[in-house]
Amino acid sequence: MTRLQPQSGPLPHAEPTGASAPFWAGCASGELRYQRCRACAAVTSPPVETCRECLSADLAWEVSAGTGTVYSWTVVHRPATAAFAAVPYAPAIVDVAEGFQLLTNLVDVAPEDITAGMPVAVRFVATADGPTLPYFAPAPASPEETLP
Amino acid sequence: MPGSSRRAAIVGVANTAQARRLEGATSRGLAVGAALAALDDAGLTLDDVDGISGDATAAALLYDLRLGPAWLGRQFGIQAVTEAVHAVEAGEADVVLVVAAEAGAYTDRSATAPWTRPENEFVVPFGLFTAAEFALVARRHMITYGTTPEQLARVAATIRTNGSTTPGAVYAGRGPVTVEDVLASRMVADPFHLLDCSMTSEGGCALVIAATDRAADTASTPVHVLGSGSDHAGPAYRHPPAWDLAGRRGGPVLGRIGERAVGRAFAQAGLDRADVDVLELYDPFSFEVIRQLEAFGFCGPGEGGPYVDDGHIGLTGRTPVTTDGGTMAFSHAGAAPQMFQRVVRGVQQLRGDAGPNQVPDARVALCSGGGAGALFTTVVLLGTEVP
Repeated sequence: MTRLQPQSGPLPHAEPTGASAPFWAGCASGELRYQRCRACAAVTSPPVETCRECLSADLAWEVSAGTGTVYSWTVVHRPATAAFAAVPYAPAIVDVAEGFQLLTNLVDVAPEDITAGMPVAVRFVATADGPTLPYFAPAPASPEETLP
Repeated sequence: MPGSSRRAAIVGVANTAQARRLEGATSRGLAVGAALAALDDAGLTLDDVDGISGDATAAALLYDLRLGPAWLGRQFGIQAVTEAVHAVEAGEADVVLVVAAEAGAYTDRSATAPWTRPENEFVVPFGLFTAAEFALVARRHMITYGTTPEQLARVAATIRTNGSTTPGAVYAGRGPVTVEDVLASRMVADPFHLLDCSMTSEGGCALVIAATDRAADTASTPVHVLGSGSDHAGPAYRHPPAWDLAGRRGGPVLGRIGERAVGRAFAQAGLDRADVDVLELYDPFSFEVIRQLEAFGFCGPGEGGPYVDDGHIGLTGRTPVTTDGGTMAFSHAGAAPQMFQRVVRGVQQLRGDAGPNQVPDARVALCSGGGAGALFTTVVLLGTEVP
C-alpha cells in the first residue's frame, strides 16, 4: 500500500489555552516542547499548570530531540469528519524519548509496515488556517548504521 | 443517618422503539414515552415520582412534567442508576425516574456521530474519534498478549447473533452473524471492522427506582441493586488512551480499569464471580468485552481472547454476555440512553422477561458502562434477592 500522507486541508482544531500555547508555538517554530518540573524533574505532556507528581508550579519548558517509538496505533479508514480527506490515516501513541507520550498521526510509512516499538521521529506539518502539527514518521537510520 | 437502613430496588423498566432513524420522533417525546412505559411497568404513576435523573435534559423534563419540587440527579450512565438508589436509600426521595432518549442528534452522516468526537486541542486535529481511541487500547493488548482479530470478531458475532433473535432490536432478524461476516466487513479503525463497532441509532429507555416499601405495591418483581462501583482515569478523549496509564496510588492501570470498581461491587454484595449468571457488558467495540472479562476477573490477564474462543460468552456458556445484542445490534441511542440499556436488560433477565435469549434461572447480573478508550468503567450488580 502507498505511504500515509499528512492531511493537507483545513482541520478542526481548538484554540490553545494559557498552559498549552507554548507547545503550539514550539511546533510552529520546529520545536517539540514538553514540560519538566524544576522541583522533582518529572516530565509531563500535554501541558499542565502544576506538576502531576509533586504539584509544584515551577515548570520549565524543554525541547525534545523529537525521537521515540510507536506504543500503539490504528489505521482509520472511516474518517472522523470529511475534513480528514487523506484516508487512511494513522492515529498513534508515541513514546517520546524524553519520557512522555504524545497522540499523533504516523506518516511516510505504509500501514502494513507499522510495528510496535518502531523508531519514529517528529515531522512538523503546517495545516491550512490552523496549528502546525507534530506528526511522526519512521526515523532515519542513525549515521553509524548507514552504509556509505 | 435515620434513613440508612432503607433499601431501594428497580421496580420498572422500559425501552421505546429503537431504530437507526425514528422518523418524526423527538428526544423529548421519546423520553416522555419511556418514562410513562416504565412507570406503567412498575404499577406507578407520575404522581408517585419525586425524583428524576438521566441526562442533561432531566431538569427540563422535571419542569415539563410538573414533578417539582423533586430530587434531581446529575450523574451519567450506570452511575445515574447508582446515584438514584443511594438517594432513595438515604431518604432523599421515594420514587426516582431515570430516563433518557435521543433522536435527531446525528444528522451529518459524512462525520461520525457527534458524541464520538469530543473537541480537544491535542486530539481533534489528529482525527481521533471513539473507534480510534478504543482501537489504540485494543492494539496494545494485541501487542502484549497476541490477541487476534478473529477473537475480537468472535465477540462481535456472538453479541450480534444475540441481537438478531431479540424482538425490538434494531437488527432483529439480521443473523446469525459469523466470525467470517465480521472479518469481511469494511475496516473502520484497524483492528476494528464495521461489525466490531457499535451502531448509531435513536430511541429511549427508562428505569424506575423506588424504596422497597413502595415496591411492595408495584406490578413488577423488584430487582435489587446489590453492589456498584466506578473507576475513572480522567476526562474522556483528551489524553492518550495508553494501556499503562497509572495513578499515584499504583493499582490497576488504564487497561485494567473497572477492576477496582467491580471489586468494590462484589464486596458490597458479598458475592463473587462464580455467583454471576449473566454479564450485560457494555459493548462499544468488540475488544472492550475481552478487556472487561479480564479486568472483572472472569479470566486472567491476557486470557480474554482464548476465553472468548472457548465459547464461554455464548448464551449456553459459562458467562453469557450482552444477551440482547447491546450497542452492536439492540440499540446505541445517543450518548445517554444506551448507557442505561445494559441495566434495563439485566433487569429483564432477572425477571425472566428476556424472551428467546433468557438465561435459565438468572439470579445475579453484572452490568457495565464506559470503557478504557473513554477512561472510565462503571458497574452495577443486580440480584433477585438481597443476600
